[in-house]
Amino acid sequence: MSKVRVLVGTRKGAFILTADGKREQWEIAGPHFAGWEIYHMKGSPVDPNRLYASQSSGWSGQVMQRSNDGGATWEPVGNKFAYEGVPGTHQWYDGTPHPWEFKRVWHLEPSLTDTNTVYAGVEDAALFRSADGGATWEEISGLRKHGSGPHWQPGAGGMCLHTIILDPSNTGRIYIAISAAGAFRTDDGGATWQPINRGLYSKYIPDPTAEVGHCVHHVAMHRSRPNVLFMQKHWDVMRSDNAGDSWQEVSGNLPTDFGFAIDVHAHEPETIYVVPIKSDGEHFPPGGKLRVYRSRVGGNEWEALTNGLPQSDCYVNVLRDAMAVDSLDSCGVYFGTTGGQVYASADAGDTWKPIVRDLPAVLSVEVQTL
Amino acid sequence: MIRVELPGHLRTLARVSGHEVALEVSGPVTLGAVLDALEAAYPMLCGTIRDHATLRRRAFIRFFACSEDFSHESPDAPLPEAVASGKEPLLIVGAIAGG
Repeated sequence: MSKVRVLVGTRKGAFILTADGKREQWEIAGPHFAGWEIYHMKGSPVDPNRLYASQSSGWSGQVMQRSNDGGATWEPVGNKFAYEGVPGTHQWYDGTPHPWEFKRVWHLEPSLTDTNTVYAGVEDAALFRSADGGATWEEISGLRKHGSGPHWQPGAGGMCLHTIILDPSNTGRIYIAISAAGAFRTDDGGATWQPINRGLYSKYIPDPTAEVGHCVHHVAMHRSRPNVLFMQKHWDVMRSDNAGDSWQEVSGNLPTDFGFAIDVHAHEPETIYVVPIKSDGEHFPPGGKLRVYRSRVGGNEWEALTNGLPQSDCYVNVLRDAMAVDSLDSCGVYFGTTGGQVYASADAGDTWKPIVRDLPAVLSVEVQTL
Repeated sequence: MIRVELPGHLRTLARVSGHEVALEVSGPVTLGAVLDALEAAYPMLCGTIRDHATLRRRAFIRFFACSEDFSHESPDAPLPEAVASGKEPLLIVGAIAGG
């Protein structure tokens, strides 16, 4: 029988949750790296026992960890993230130039073909790659040196590169997203990049249709259709059918189109999930009702999924990297909250239950189907 | 031997069992020389106490010895004789902040 491993990063450590294919009985291991913020953990698609973790703290900065046994044991690897050349400046919150400064790793994306190659999205926004299992890191500087770089500005959470999507059908193509610059794409392995924000409308920036400056919260793709992208923007849920060249809004009947997380069903590329959050000023579900919304038609028409989720007095948030799916026949959907719960559905969202409920605030959730 | 006391999170990271580590320092016993020796013995601590590139102390880390604060001293300033002789430890402290 297949097995599922859920990698949970929290404000105070990492937890690894495992279950068999029924996904009813869960074992919880952790905390690993107790007391540290774990922004993200992810496993290699080539060798699922190879995991990478981003460990950081306000006191001691960034540490990177690697496991070769599915998270049972870990070893610290390289944590030197040096921008290439003279980093220059981006815009600060008040519009003044601010030097590029490394703060932390937000997202790790292991290569689809090589266990020892992994990408890291960092704050201040840049993309790094390691080809030696995390021992050393090299900036893919073509992104930061895109001509728009000096105009990028941090979102409330910092100027983070939080999304990295590798195209399984085109080794040269990578999508990334930055708060608050927008989405970018390379078609040549990172040498050159282009903004892919046409169709986004953000009324909180001076030019609502600007080429860059949009607060993209997360982007998701189904590996069978790498030209189709779904985006949860600060406000608005968006869709692109041409690799990001243009976007259309698909918020439809959502109760609010603000949110952070978005993901795609493992077997139905038109089935997508979001967790609407009331607003940028009130980071909790509308009416205190925690609801995942599912569209089976790629957006615009959404249904509320409530069975097993708290429908009163719930004021948690679900952060951008805190939703994931497994690839079992009946697709499992998982998300973590800032209240420390991890909810799971073994039936594509029809019913939910908490598989752990009292962790520190959850920053990220990834799932491995073993 | 130079004695260095580490904050709890860094003891865990470096996998040391006690509160202190003992280091050989060749040449003058300065703050910079002790940190060099510490990072050489425990490379996983590189970047966690001072910045990789600038070697500046991280903002929420402090250096105390013999009831004095050396956090703002030059890395080339000598540490007290009691530290150099191993009678007293250099304390690397995480500032009291946050939750």
